[in-house]
Amino acid sequence: MTPLAPASVHLATPGGYLLVLAVTLPVLGVLAMLVVAPRHARQVALVTMAAGLVTAIAIVAELIRTGTALTYVVGGWQPPLGIALRADGLSATMIAMTAMVITATGLFARGLYALGPKAQDGRAPTTFWGLLLATWSALNAVFVGEDLFNLYVALELLTFAAVPLVCLDGRAETVAAALRYLMFALLGSLLYLLGTGLLYGSYGTLDIQMLSRLSEGGPALSVALALMIVGLLAKAALFPLHLWLPPAHAGAPAAASAVLSALVIKAPVFLILRLVLDIAPPHAAILAGQILAVLGASSILFCSVMALRQARLKLMIAYSTVAQIGYLFIVFPLAAGNEAQAPWETIAWTGGALQLVSHAFAKAAMFLAAGVIAEAFGHDRIADLGGFGRVLPISAAAFGLAGLSLMGIPPSGGFIAKCLLLTAAVLNGHPWLAATILAGGLLAAGYVFRVVDRALATPAIALVAQKPIPRRLELVALALALAAMLLGFVPLEPFGFLQLGRSGAMAGVAP
Amino acid sequence: MSLASLGTATLFGLCGAALAGIGLFIVIAHAGLLRRIVGFNILGAGIFLVFGAAARRGAAAGFSGDPVPQAMVITGIVVAFSATALAVALLQRLFDLTGRESLDAPAASDKQQAEP
Amino acid sequence: MTMLLDLALVAWLLALAIHVARARDDQGAIIAFIAFGLLLGLGWTRLSAIDVAMTEAAIGGGVTGMLLLRAEARLRQRSSQPQTPKRTTKAAAAIACTVVAAGLALAVLSFPSPAPTLAPAAAAALDSTGLGNPVTAVLLAYRALDTLLEKVVLLLALLGVWSLAPDQLWGGAPELRQTVAPPPFVYLGRILPPFGVLIAVYMCWVGADAPGGTFQAGTVLAAMWLLIMLASLRPAPETRRTTLRLLLVGGPVLFFAVGFLGFAVADGFLSYPEGAAKPIIVGIEAALTVSIALTLGLLVAGPSSRAPAP
Repeated sequence: MTPLAPASVHLATPGGYLLVLAVTLPVLGVLAMLVVAPRHARQVALVTMAAGLVTAIAIVAELIRTGTALTYVVGGWQPPLGIALRADGLSATMIAMTAMVITATGLFARGLYALGPKAQDGRAPTTFWGLLLATWSALNAVFVGEDLFNLYVALELLTFAAVPLVCLDGRAETVAAALRYLMFALLGSLLYLLGTGLLYGSYGTLDIQMLSRLSEGGPALSVALALMIVGLLAKAALFPLHLWLPPAHAGAPAAASAVLSALVIKAPVFLILRLVLDIAPPHAAILAGQILAVLGASSILFCSVMALRQARLKLMIAYSTVAQIGYLFIVFPLAAGNEAQAPWETIAWTGGALQLVSHAFAKAAMFLAAGVIAEAFGHDRIADLGGFGRVLPISAAAFGLAGLSLMGIPPSGGFIAKCLLLTAAVLNGHPWLAATILAGGLLAAGYVFRVVDRALATPAIALVAQKPIPRRLELVALALALAAMLLGFVPLEPFGFLQLGRSGAMAGVAP
Repeated sequence: MSLASLGTATLFGLCGAALAGIGLFIVIAHAGLLRRIVGFNILGAGIFLVFGAAARRGAAAGFSGDPVPQAMVITGIVVAFSATALAVALLQRLFDLTGRESLDAPAASDKQQAEP
Repeated sequence: MTMLLDLALVAWLLALAIHVARARDDQGAIIAFIAFGLLLGLGWTRLSAIDVAMTEAAIGGGVTGMLLLRAEARLRQRSSQPQTPKRTTKAAAAIACTVVAAGLALAVLSFPSPAPTLAPAAAAALDSTGLGNPVTAVLLAYRALDTLLEKVVLLLALLGVWSLAPDQLWGGAPELRQTVAPPPFVYLGRILPPFGVLIAVYMCWVGADAPGGTFQAGTVLAAMWLLIMLASLRPAPETRRTTLRLLLVGGPVLFFAVGFLGFAVADGFLSYPEGAAKPIIVGIEAALTVSIALTLGLLVAGPSSRAPAP
């Protein structure tokens, strides 16, 4: 009856239940929070974070131990009727990164909300904890999802968790920023859903593994992929669809900005990677890769210049996010692979993944440091921050170290990432991309040094903090910046963990 | 019968395509946010009809349609409603704070100071 | 003959959508949209998707319409109309949207024949669930994870809406009625709810085997509750109340609990023990119906607009 009748390709692995825990545990925390007294929300969040962190570590350990991807078939219903969850090396890396950044942000927020004069069980703190955990579940669901409709629900969960985070402080500009963000995100989700509908109508399955085996081109496939990728680009804020991001990420409370910039926009990027690499037929993947690379390069150049011109620290960091996301899109032509090498065996694949992770740590560190600065001085106008390094040496150090990673200066994860991408660009004969990577690094140096220069300046009137900042808050940002640096000790070669669970999956369509 | 049902499915699928186009137009070309929210709902309705066409075409095994896309549409309608509710609440808050119901006023955020 | 009916329906739908695009005032556009939602419900019956038709008419036409009309009434006092975009912008948007619609139409026309379908697979698996309605089986068994996450989406949207209350009103009650309710409304508010509750219970109960189910029942209940609140027969509850919150999370918590129980007594997360699937699913649906009704009602009611009682 079914013309395609694909055989199921998912075999559950013993550690697969860990993926269910990764998706459900944070959400269970949210449900608990809705019921307990508001003053306990923080404790629930911290307990959930500990559990989630353990789960993430267990997933990575299980992947290393078995040397293959983890798979779980929910309810025992095999795809295409049911839904499978799967974590390969890249997914597990994303899960571990998410767990670390969320936990660090949680520790930071706990300290920051303790500073406030208002009751800690007020509107903003209570809501923050729920939204933070929901974001975590949604991210994990995106990273392990195998079914395109399940991924749609996960993306919407992410939207509904992220948008209210933007306007937690309730000012009119942030409400406007949140609304603009919601408009872009909804348009993105709907275009994605539209593509999903076309794929179902054409192939009768939404399982990525199955689609990767049976996709032969056709107008429906091209239209569907184009719609889905454009939708996801709106969510990922790639130039020229980035207009919503700077006000939203700069207006959110610092802890929320860190999560939004470091993690939330990585989810659509990750999905675009999966669509292009796993579902698109080879010739379409090459074309899509080239278009994405042009947009990525424009993002790097345009938004780095915009970052240079910002007067406010948080807006500068937000523009830097759009620029750094651009690097993830120039990976596509560089990691296109060839007869001898599959995409995930190239140095560009490792470089892209490293850029993704090191940007997450560095950007979270920067936003948290900026949050400390804004909290201490009551503003974040770069020009008026002269000498802030004397008052807040740890935050200045965190900002500077994170900046090294964004610029691509050793030793830092950003350096290895950009070095690998640059090498790949030169070797594969993409001189324009190589030039863009170098120019992006120089521009990043420009905007980071503007702030570092202020930190080290000696103003006529010494800057004083309006309120004491506990050391603990500053140390969280420093720890994240150090994590971004430690990634600089990853060897300069294709990294084995990122290839786990990849090669077998794609045997059917590997060129 | 099968020919007639195929016709119905394709007809509503094409209707869905047109509705998606109209909805998209409202979202892009209207400045008023309330109208845009209605536009999102029309775009959504068009998308669901494309799923509906796929479902109707997949009638088999004694069912008058493939239940999987039908269930997806039900989930999608509920998610779309949640989105509408959140958007309306944000819009009302924006209106209470500023008296505006559009985003086209110049963003003042660059000049404002950051508040913690 | 039926083809003519379908063509007329499609023409109506398109005309209403275009009216929404062209109407001068928002109120006219929203009323056209409500009519659109109800007609679309009819369209879904023509696609033999009765479950979807009920959901679309109840949520797409009914509750969404109520939400939009309330918003419009509130925004009507606005000082300035938003400026209309330039003609060139509109023309460019129209061309882009036509291209998208044409691409979609092409894709729909190129759907393969015979159509790929999961209906046989869904039918084959239906026996092991004991259910008679395949849509319910997809929602609560085969793809229960989607449904579970979507329940969380609803609650999260509610949390987001609540978070928009001003600080001093946090935890208070939303205000539904604008002025004194007109007498016919109060009359309806007294008469309709008992019938609505009966219909909802029936829909939820038959949903296992016939069209209907937890969403449809939940929406009917939500509509009845909103009617009571709008007629000022009962005030909206304070959002901080523990009983309210327990009822809100009750359905999803039960769903999660059953899901995890699957690890112990069945084949893992969200799988049901052999033979007991149907009663468990009906139980989950009953709990979900209450949670959905409350969530939908509170989403329409909006953030709290009165300070909580001390």
